[in-house]
Amino acid sequence: MSREFTADLKKRVEEITARYPSRQAALLPVLHLVQSETGFLSAEEERAIASLLGLPPIKVREVVTFYTMFTRKPLGRFHLQVCSNLSCSLADGERILRHLQAKLGIGVGETTPDGKYTLTEVECLGACEQAPCMMVNFDYHGNLDPEKVDRILKELK
Amino acid sequence: METKVLTKGFELDHLFRIGVYLDQGGYRAVKKALTEWKPEQVLDEVKKANLRGRGGAGFPAGLKWSFVPQKTDKPKYLCVNADEGEPGTFKDRSIMAHDPHLLIEGIIIAAYAVGIHTAYIYIRGEYELIARRLEGAIGEAYANGYLGKNILGIGFDLDLYVHRGAGAYICGEETGLLESLEGKRGNPRLKPPFPASVGLFQSPTVINNVETLASVPFIVLNGAAWFLERGLPKDGGTRIFGVSGAVNRPGIYELPVGTCLREIIFDHAGGLKPGRALKAVIPGGMSSPVLTADEVDVKMDCDGVAAAGSMLGSGAIIVIDDRTPILDVLSKVAKFYAHESCGQCTPCRLGTSWIHKIVKRMAAGKGRADDVDALIRLSANIKGRTLCPLGDAAALPVLAIAKKFKAELENAMRGNA
Repeated sequence: MSREFTADLKKRVEEITARYPSRQAALLPVLHLVQSETGFLSAEEERAIASLLGLPPIKVREVVTFYTMFTRKPLGRFHLQVCSNLSCSLADGERILRHLQAKLGIGVGETTPDGKYTLTEVECLGACEQAPCMMVNFDYHGNLDPEKVDRILKELK
Repeated sequence: METKVLTKGFELDHLFRIGVYLDQGGYRAVKKALTEWKPEQVLDEVKKANLRGRGGAGFPAGLKWSFVPQKTDKPKYLCVNADEGEPGTFKDRSIMAHDPHLLIEGIIIAAYAVGIHTAYIYIRGEYELIARRLEGAIGEAYANGYLGKNILGIGFDLDLYVHRGAGAYICGEETGLLESLEGKRGNPRLKPPFPASVGLFQSPTVINNVETLASVPFIVLNGAAWFLERGLPKDGGTRIFGVSGAVNRPGIYELPVGTCLREIIFDHAGGLKPGRALKAVIPGGMSSPVLTADEVDVKMDCDGVAAAGSMLGSGAIIVIDDRTPILDVLSKVAKFYAHESCGQCTPCRLGTSWIHKIVKRMAAGKGRADDVDALIRLSANIKGRTLCPLGDAAALPVLAIAKKFKAELENAMRGNA
């Protein structure tokens, strides 16, 4: 079954393509847009986007698999991305990752069975002055310790 | 002398709103450049100011602009590099979050100087909230007549768009960025041709870092001589150093170009925690070769750090204390580049993976007697043999750690075994 985008989404895609002299250039913004609506990018979405932008589907697949922020499988409602790069590890960022694994009972790259949390280890988030840090969806949280992490999780509804 | 220039207003509430920005004298530089100067005068002043790129390579911005052909039948583009993926770097985030109109002013002036009518801010995907702040500021700039058609009534048009990346370090490399902006994988291009002649959409393109462009309004307002006084004769202005790691006060410090690294660590960033001693410093983001504790009396300008055998890079200073095993640092470096290599060039694709494999076995206590030499050999074979600078960025820090801390690494392996 092919995926049909709503008229509203198609309109927003056209607004994006108008910014560039080539429709292909709209690919990353359109992937962000669709992923924000659907949660992940399935093969159907890839094909639908390819057709909207006039691209062979493989050009979409190449891009989806190249960039770490695009996901081909559903994520939890709260995507916890913990930095494990140098500045954070100098501030014992590994402790945060261990704490979350123990608390949520999942490993890195996994989602809790209730679909609430996905835990990911990421490279430098560009917030090294607040090391150790993590992102919850698009919100940054810094100067973390296990207690602060617990408080943050408690407030996620 | 007051050293803060770019970051001066950062403490102000809502500086990111155009009303507050205008109250602080905002957009005066745009008015001056567009209504009092010809484009070539702007170019000339920026050239004289010796503004060197703040993104990593330190290339003189004015010279870069002058490479774009004046007469061409193609459109010209400006791409703002806001990818900020170099580990340890967070200064551009700070500029865009606090003072997005300062960046927009720099963009307008640069576009005017080079004759550009379309500009894109390529911002790393993770900075989603900041991308929205930029879009808000761009909307305000359009509404106030600083962007769009016939800016300030002088017949100059400029459209500005925010374009989000999606999590790939390689897109901070300028031609990787162009590929990504065109909707492709971020595989860097073979140079030449350079982007100034064949860049975005096969057209002449300028690519500048956020902090570089945010410095431009001050050159226009105060002149090249004033800018040079704030830094060094060959490397003008101030730089926003980002300090992280084992210091008491991590954060951004805007200081004259050429400030001593020791002073930044011990005076500005408050030195190390009690009982700890300095072991090593990465002076310009993860890809810059490490300096040992007795190599920190170095001037933080492009040439000064190069003379010390490293590079100023993005000005991101990562401080490492004596309790951190250097093998831990090496593990992070090796893992990062193995993950971020785009895979296009064999020496980088295979070399970074081999290095990571060797470092992992060293860390697991299964290192072999000649592993440190193997790291040196491998990284020397990546260096200079790839299309883009990621190869060198991966090789140089490994080489420096393996050479400068050889004894510690070999001891650590013996202790583990």
